[in-house]
Amino acid sequence: MRTEKLVLHFKAREGIVRAVDGVDLTVEPRRSVAVLGESGCGKSSLTKAILRLLPPNVARYGGKVLLDSDDLMRLDEETFRTQVRWQRIALVPQAAMNSLNPVTRVIEQIAEPLLEHRRATTHAEAAEQAREAFDIVHVPPDFLRRYPFELSGGMRQRVVIAMALITEPELIILDEPTSALDILTQANIMNALKGIKARVATRFMLITHDVAAASEIADSVAVMYAGQIVEQSDAAQFFAEALHPYSAFLMSSVPTLRGAKELHAIPGQPPSLLAPPQGCRFAPRCPERFDRCAHEPPPFRTACGRVAKCWLYESQRQTAHDCSAGE
Amino acid sequence: MPNDVLLQAENLQTHFELRKFGFVRAGEVRAVDGVTFHIRRGEAVAIVGESGCGKSTLARTVLGLYEPTAGSVLFDGVDMSSYDRRKLAWHRRQVGYVQQDPYAALPPFMDVRQLLREPLLVNGVRDRAEQEQRIRSRLEEIRLTPAASFLEKFPHQLSGGQQQRVVIARARILDPQLIVADEPVSMLDASVRVEVLQLLRQLQRKHRMALLYITHDLSTVRYFCERIFIMYGAKIVERGPVEAILARPEHPYTQALVDAIPDPDAANAGQYRKVPAGEPPSLLHPPEGCRFHPRCSFAIQGLCERHDPPDFETGAGRRAACWLYREAAVEHNLQR
Amino acid sequence: MNRFISFARELKRYPSAIAGLVLIALFLALALYSLIMVPQSHAVQLWRAGIARRDSPRNARPVWYNALPWVNLPRTLVLDSAEHPELKRYREISEEHNEIEIAFEFDYHYDAFPRELNLFLRSEYESRRPFASVRWVTPDGRSFSLSDGGVDREQSIRIDQLRGLRRELGDVAPRVGLFADPASAEGVPQVLHGTYRVEIEGVSFEPDSDIEARFVRYGQVHGLAGTDHIRRDIAVALLFGTRPALAFGILAAVGSTVTTLVLAAVGVWFRGKVDAAIQRVTEVNMVLPLLPVLVMVGTLYSRSIWVMLGVVILFGIFSAGIKTYRAMFLQIRELAYIEAARAYGAGNTRIIFRYMIPKVLPTLIPSFVTVIPSFVFLEATLAMIGLGDPVLPTWGKVLEDAYRNGALYRGQYYWVLLPSSLLILTGLGFAMFGFALDRVFNPRLRER
Repeated sequence: MRTEKLVLHFKAREGIVRAVDGVDLTVEPRRSVAVLGESGCGKSSLTKAILRLLPPNVARYGGKVLLDSDDLMRLDEETFRTQVRWQRIALVPQAAMNSLNPVTRVIEQIAEPLLEHRRATTHAEAAEQAREAFDIVHVPPDFLRRYPFELSGGMRQRVVIAMALITEPELIILDEPTSALDILTQANIMNALKGIKARVATRFMLITHDVAAASEIADSVAVMYAGQIVEQSDAAQFFAEALHPYSAFLMSSVPTLRGAKELHAIPGQPPSLLAPPQGCRFAPRCPERFDRCAHEPPPFRTACGRVAKCWLYESQRQTAHDCSAGE
Repeated sequence: MPNDVLLQAENLQTHFELRKFGFVRAGEVRAVDGVTFHIRRGEAVAIVGESGCGKSTLARTVLGLYEPTAGSVLFDGVDMSSYDRRKLAWHRRQVGYVQQDPYAALPPFMDVRQLLREPLLVNGVRDRAEQEQRIRSRLEEIRLTPAASFLEKFPHQLSGGQQQRVVIARARILDPQLIVADEPVSMLDASVRVEVLQLLRQLQRKHRMALLYITHDLSTVRYFCERIFIMYGAKIVERGPVEAILARPEHPYTQALVDAIPDPDAANAGQYRKVPAGEPPSLLHPPEGCRFHPRCSFAIQGLCERHDPPDFETGAGRRAACWLYREAAVEHNLQR
Repeated sequence: MNRFISFARELKRYPSAIAGLVLIALFLALALYSLIMVPQSHAVQLWRAGIARRDSPRNARPVWYNALPWVNLPRTLVLDSAEHPELKRYREISEEHNEIEIAFEFDYHYDAFPRELNLFLRSEYESRRPFASVRWVTPDGRSFSLSDGGVDREQSIRIDQLRGLRRELGDVAPRVGLFADPASAEGVPQVLHGTYRVEIEGVSFEPDSDIEARFVRYGQVHGLAGTDHIRRDIAVALLFGTRPALAFGILAAVGSTVTTLVLAAVGVWFRGKVDAAIQRVTEVNMVLPLLPVLVMVGTLYSRSIWVMLGVVILFGIFSAGIKTYRAMFLQIRELAYIEAARAYGAGNTRIIFRYMIPKVLPTLIPSFVTVIPSFVFLEATLAMIGLGDPVLPTWGKVLEDAYRNGALYRGQYYWVLLPSSLLILTGLGFAMFGFALDRVFNPRLRER
């Protein structure tokens, strides 16, 4: 899956909100990418743009979304709805465990879309597929006959993930899958996701603000800032040393349980998506700012395949340091 | 009681009655069920636990928002249950409150000046000049400067971090001896969390306030507190100095918590985490004996499911409410 | 102040808000105008006393009806010798003998006949009545005697009811016959245009004994809103009706929303017995029908608009609104800032009035504005079913009169349409303003 110059702007009373503003993102087969960003950086809008779940106040929607070399932007609405959404790209929305209908049994909620999309012809067949999906996320099959309110938050979250898995999509987008859950439950869900990664040929796109959670399942990390991807790196390299100054700040602001380190807050406020700064959007807060930063940097690709949208990496296209961590 | 103890809770219990149809007694939620602890003057302590463990109820009981069902809380040497109106008003001046959701914690229809003035008005600071001076000094203290430019802002015009800092300014405006901060940063972005926690810590040190930091996030505790209380099922199961507990957690529940929390590290992706099976106990019908025993892999048959473990002293300033340490405690006492 | 300006700027973005405000301002101005120009007691006089409407026709249409190109209806004409001395000649023949000549002359170019013709004669004398003869002279020179004989101190000659004259005109009502073209076909009289004269020749028999005459030709159009069956100028009722309408609407809305709101907040905050009491009273009140109660009060006690208003407010306070507000307050009570306020020691009153109520004002104010018209309509409804204020002229009472006199069957649409459109415009004004306020205060509703 790849996006090229993906753009999604909204009309608001105060002007145009440039929520997704030229995003290039790559998700390799069988690999998972974590999109890291703080609130208001446009990461949820990115999900909307990829899945074409557009609110009525869209001002601009463009660019490319490529899935196995099919350009999804060219498909008409009906084809996209029936053949792509949920079939090829599934979404586990934020606080999804609360999205289950409380008055019907879990099995009904799983079977219905399967029958609707003709992935199963009979109820029994649908139930069989549901049982397989439940097995992958470690939910006992007898839970299928229960009502959602009889399940704990963690169990419901697993059910929702199972529902996303059941169509064997090529991409599963997980929007903050653990943010409303308790620590032990979070760890459980992460274990389940790791299990899925090991057993199923799919890719995850994990949208989160939680750096530590991202490190649990990401093979690659994309950092989003003010509507743009400012860095995309292999996870091992990223957690060893972030390239973009914003990524570095983000890493240094995360408290760690093991081993003390000095924490740093990022100076200043994130920019408004209504009127993002000219040039590099992080420049006004960046301690390493220099003259070039008045112009918007293109994404620079380093020798070991990392991408950083920062002028610092214009000349140092190759550093010995880069690839070391990932080996 | 030694004079440096600000707050002393003794076998504190806060229960809520559940009623059916508004009058039939249907049981009791034992949100805080026999908690003993103390906070020294100028000390920062953390209460860590998952949602539903009773930590917020404990905070509200300390604030005087809930009345304890049993047990006592001594604040500055005075039993809170003996408070009259005047003394209660005094207590409210002595304890500041920082809540979880900064936007909800600020009345949306008041600007910063108005909402900071409210506690002053309620507590009889009527002099305009003094109000203004206090408001400005608190705004400078939380680094919303220049103060004048923030006075007329409404909460929705501030960022989440700024809102939470205004909440802190409000908690500080009556010069309290204790600040109760209930998940003060869990709704904020990572980069802002640090800023707010550092600010709290700095104010706490500078003004020698005590800080009761309530959180589910064990990883932030190391940076901001001296002592830590781990709560599970309405009880404190482990307590002690932060560094010691994080380095060598003793109670099986604490161990599970530490194991479950990832640090940003690419190695995480390769390994599964150990997570105890099951769910936290219902506070309506807590299990017999140790409340963690149904999930505990070290549970001692015939003991843990029958008898509630007392606090065993396991080291300097450390205690764990776990039968595993009954011998260690004896040893520790012998050594002393 | 800043808030107000930005609020006004926000509001300006909604044309409907401006239109609504203009309408409301217009009605307020009308109410104010009537208040300043004519005190209440005088208004009642104007509406109720017969003397004031002696010169008005019955059932006349509004004057602007003539603006229609194919309509040319007569207006009312009043000629009084006392006001126009130049129309009168008074000659002293001898000490005990005076001759009086009064000549009223007017052009008549309308296409319809007047509604009615009256001549009022007044005379001054000690013991001997003066004598007068009255003649009607048409443009083509025909003349008819209207009266001949002694003149009382106050005397009305209802020309339309003169039997002799009617016979003379060939059994046609004098108001028609006197103006008809003799050449017009039988049964379809046409108006003879031209100058008509009413000549009065009198003689008095005492020194200073005199005669004055007042001729009234009642038109088919009169006043801005026409007249009703007892010659009252409907415009007066419409103008003075603005005040009770707005007063009733606004006071009832204030009474039932603001008080309801406070009660709901008090109940939610104190819970327990207070809340239960408020809830039970509300529930009892919700099953009591308002209209029958009002009918009872009106029949057995008083139909004064203020008594009615009192009952409406009383019922409005414990209305279903309390349940709605209660639901809102139940959520607000749990908000973190209220807990914070408790933690720094705010008392109950402060929490209710400073923290709970302001939070719902953004939803309350628009609904308050939009509920006003429903109370204005209620007043009209009450008048319609015969519970109108016995003294005050109101819009509802105009409608009631129109209804009782079958205005619509008799083609007097103006009588119904004018008060109705005032009611509709009031409703529209408040509704447009209220909805715009709602959008400004509650922007989330605007998104889709």
